[in-house]
Amino acid sequence: MTDYARPAETDLFILLKELSETPGVSGREQTIRAAVAAHLGPLVDEMRVDTMGNLVGLKRGKSPPTGRAMLAAHMDEIGLIITRLDRGFLRFAAVGGVDLAALPAQEVTVHALEDLPGLIASRPPHVLTPEEREKPFTQKQLFIDVGLPAGELAQTVSVGDFVSVRRSVEKMAKGRACGKALDNRVSIVVLLAALRLLQGRSHHWDIYAAITVQEEIGLRGATTAAFDLEPDLGIALDVTFAEQPGATPEESFPLGSGPAIGLGPNLHPKLRALLVDSAERNEIPYTDEVLPGHSGTDAWAMQVSQCGIPTALISVPVRNMHTPAETVALKDIERSARLLAEAVCDLPDDLAALALDHEDGGHE
Amino acid sequence: MNELLERLSIARGVAGHEGEVRAILREHLAPHVDEIAVDSIGNLIARKGGPQNSPGQRVLLAAHMDEVGAIVMRCNPDGTVKFRSIGGLDPRILPGKRVRIGADAVPGVIMRAPHAARAGSRVAPIADLLIDTGGAGEIQPGDMITFESDYEQFGRLLKGKAFDDRVGCYILAQLLQEDFPCQLVGAFTVQEEIGLRGARVAAYAVEPDLAVALEGTVADDLPREEDISPTTELGKGPAISVMDRSAHADRRLVRILTQTADAHNIPYQIKQPGVGGTDVGAIHLARSGVPSVAVAVPCRYIHTPAALMDPADVENTIELMKHALAGSLARPLEAAGSEK
Repeated sequence: MTDYARPAETDLFILLKELSETPGVSGREQTIRAAVAAHLGPLVDEMRVDTMGNLVGLKRGKSPPTGRAMLAAHMDEIGLIITRLDRGFLRFAAVGGVDLAALPAQEVTVHALEDLPGLIASRPPHVLTPEEREKPFTQKQLFIDVGLPAGELAQTVSVGDFVSVRRSVEKMAKGRACGKALDNRVSIVVLLAALRLLQGRSHHWDIYAAITVQEEIGLRGATTAAFDLEPDLGIALDVTFAEQPGATPEESFPLGSGPAIGLGPNLHPKLRALLVDSAERNEIPYTDEVLPGHSGTDAWAMQVSQCGIPTALISVPVRNMHTPAETVALKDIERSARLLAEAVCDLPDDLAALALDHEDGGHE
Repeated sequence: MNELLERLSIARGVAGHEGEVRAILREHLAPHVDEIAVDSIGNLIARKGGPQNSPGQRVLLAAHMDEVGAIVMRCNPDGTVKFRSIGGLDPRILPGKRVRIGADAVPGVIMRAPHAARAGSRVAPIADLLIDTGGAGEIQPGDMITFESDYEQFGRLLKGKAFDDRVGCYILAQLLQEDFPCQLVGAFTVQEEIGLRGARVAAYAVEPDLAVALEGTVADDLPREEDISPTTELGKGPAISVMDRSAHADRRLVRILTQTADAHNIPYQIKQPGVGGTDVGAIHLARSGVPSVAVAVPCRYIHTPAALMDPADVENTIELMKHALAGSLARPLEAAGSEK
């Protein structure tokens, strides 16, 4: 792989398209895991899959290493699961925080004995009363239709089969990409691109790249991975809200404004300061994301693993979160990857540098 | 199932922008008909059977070329677009859908505010929605907006956009390639979805003895708790309209169609009265009135990016119309008022 000074947006797009279009609903990540492993393998010294299904790659630093850094990006995406076969149609439940409003008329793939194309079905407005038309759909009013008669359907589809959104990633103007599951395939691209950048760099810390499972249903993969790896620090990679109508300005970030660096009780102030310092010294644009409590990311689980782990969070702004129309600026991926690679190289030579002592931390 | 149906489904054409659909049909039909022309509003009129030597009466078959979609109202500097629907769009199915805008088919998506910042108890009206393009291409107010959806097979069914009414256009194109003992006039009409406007002009100009509208119609055959009519059901054959919101069908024509179907073992269904409307609404009121009926292919999820229909229903609709045009439809109707 070329030692890119800056990852080319075209390469990032091709990788993002592949990973986004590969299915991986929370709890059924084997397909996306295999796709990520094919890219991660050549960039690390060791790679394994743990009990929960997390994919963990180790890229060694100097010997002996200063410490162990865990870089976490979740591989799972929100989706659906079949709950009942009903007169030739499929009833379903949500896996993760699915936005019900973006489901009607959406195409999906039912991962049955074979993958079946289908779509989210609802009654047409032509036959509804004006009052009924004013109300958003409820879960009970929606079905999946795969175009098979009831008998054939029962031979192919089982209760418990997973369903993913069927949507390709396409380029939009201004270097943007739009598709499903950019939460959090965007961050896997950030992590892989950062590992590529690190191929030509020396770093003193051992880097554990943890591609975690089941984040969308309660940070479950990160919980066991952080315990298992027992790192000295962790950096979670996720997405955050991009500026758009309906989003509050203080909780959203313009597309193209660079990585959002988390700030709040979930994030370690000194590790965060190190990220900010790396961004400023390398002239990488970034924003501050104030998170008053639960960051809604793997960072929340990592911070309290074992005796506690200093944890930071780098997030890429994404529009239309948890819909099939998630939109990202490719240059934000590129900048996040550079920030991550620079920060890894800037990690302190002494673990004590992260200690929260009273002398220099008292005002925080 | 068929290259022409696929081309017609993929072609983009909301009311007022039917040129692409018209060009496909014109090119396809020119070798098969005696005369083909475009009228002042944009209807494509194809004629077979010369009025001099044919004793048959003049039968108008109508299928509309336009699909539901939207139109650009305003382009914002940040690359977002304000829009309004052209024809009946259900605002509940719009968030997150992919669209194409204008002659250059600029891609865009209908935006959805993040889950952190919405109440969720209300359907956002179309006036509150925005399309995000990223600021691509040349987009002007007035440009048309269409859904983006591939034509493909889902299980035993066909999936695509604009089956309402490209399936009618397809059926009419198939019928115009055959010879029948009557003067056949095929009207591919414009602007049906905004008030049957093309059909009104076409019916006046053609002055038919009788008319049949060929449609893709609502199928409401999803499971639900109360047992109410499914409007039409997939796989049960062509749906014959007795009464909808736009017209009462001529009962003589309904009887000709049902008897023809019975005689040739073609399945059919009577569409639940009261739902929807077709070009018949305009045609049956043309001049002194035209005996008319609508025959339709049941489609689930019409007016969305992805309708489903059963190819057997398409074939059976073509078969029914062929037999009817070869038989009773080609002969003068019994006098009005004489039916039981």
